[in-house]
Amino acid sequence: MKINILVSSLFLGLIAVSCQSKDQKLPIIGEKEIITRQENGVTITDSVYPKIPSFQFLNQDSTYISDKDFDNKIYVANFFFTHCPSICPTMQRNLLQAYEKYKGDDRISFLSHSIDFKYDQPSVLKSYADRLGVDNNQWQFVTGSKAEIYGIADNYLVYAKEDSTVAGGYDHTGYLVLIDHEKHIRGAYDGTNDEQTQQMLKDIEILLQEYKK
Amino acid sequence: MNKYITFILISMLIVFFYQLSACNSNVDIKKAQYTVNGQKLYVQHCQNCHGSKGEGLGKLYPPLTDDNYFKENRALLSGIVKNGMRGEIIVNGEKYNQEMPANKQLTVVDIAYILTYITTNFGKSDVIYSTEEVIENLKNHNQL
Repeated sequence: MKINILVSSLFLGLIAVSCQSKDQKLPIIGEKEIITRQENGVTITDSVYPKIPSFQFLNQDSTYISDKDFDNKIYVANFFFTHCPSICPTMQRNLLQAYEKYKGDDRISFLSHSIDFKYDQPSVLKSYADRLGVDNNQWQFVTGSKAEIYGIADNYLVYAKEDSTVAGGYDHTGYLVLIDHEKHIRGAYDGTNDEQTQQMLKDIEILLQEYKK
Repeated sequence: MNKYITFILISMLIVFFYQLSACNSNVDIKKAQYTVNGQKLYVQHCQNCHGSKGEGLGKLYPPLTDDNYFKENRALLSGIVKNGMRGEIIVNGEKYNQEMPANKQLTVVDIAYILTYITTNFGKSDVIYSTEEVIENLKNHNQL
C-alpha cells in the first residue's frame, strides 16, 4: 500500500513537472499601455505592448531587407560594428553559437545592425559575415542612416551612441534581443555573458513552442 | 607481520614522492606567478577577440594555438602585443587579415605575463617569456 502511494505521488509529480514546462511562457518586455475601446456598447480594456516598428535596411548583399522578411519567424537582433575592439567579438561569438545550432531552421533568423554607418558599407559587412562563418541568409548584417539605426536601437531597448572617447568610437550595450512573431520583445540577454547566452538558447526553445502547429 | 611492514614501506614511498613533487623549484614558482598574472591580463585585453581558450573567432581573429607560429615569430610577439599588427598572416594553415589594435598601455612586465600565459597555456612552450626578453624584442625592433 505504501509503495502504491509512493508510486502514484511520483507519477503525479512527473505530470506536474511536465505540465509546468509546457505552460512556461516568456514575458513580453516593455512598458504596457492600457487602451480602452467601445465595442457593441461594452468597454473593453486592452494592454498594448510596444512592438518593433517597420524598417528597411541595406544588407551585406546590398539588397534592401525589411521587417516583412522576419514575418512568421522569431529572430534575435543586436547592434555591433565590424572593427569594434571591445564587446562585439564576444557578443558575436555567442550569437554564432545560436546561429550554428539553428542553421537551416527557417523558424528563426538573426539580425545584426551596424552602428558604424560611416565605415560598415555592405561590402565590409559581407566580408565580415563570410569570415565569421555565416554562409546563408539566415543571419542578416545591415546598415542604414545614423537616424534609422540609432532610432531602431531605442525600440530594441539597446543603448547606442557615437562617442569619440571610447575605444572604437561608438558606445553601445551588447544585448541580444529576442523578438516574436508579433514583433514583441520577449527576452534581452547580455551577449558578453556565457550564462545569459545559455539562457537565451533555452528561451528560444520556449518561444518556438508557442508557434508549434 | 610482513603485510604490516609492506604497508608502512608503501606509505612512506607515497609520502616521499608526494613531497618530491610538491617541492617546486624557484623557476616553477616564478612561472606560476607569470601565468596567473598573465591570465588576468589576457581576460582583460585579449580574450574578447581571441577567446577564452585561445580559439579565435572564425576567420576574423586568429587562434593562439599555433605553436610553430610562436616559435618562428618569438622575437616579434612583444611588438605585436604592444603595437598591434596589420596585413595577412597564416596561422594553423589559415589566412587571416584583420587589423589588430595596439595595446600601448601595457607595460613590459604586463607583456611578459601575457606572453608567458599564451605561449605556455595555448602553445607548447614550457619556459617563461621574461621581461628581459620583452625589452630586447622591443629594442631590436625600435618599438620600446
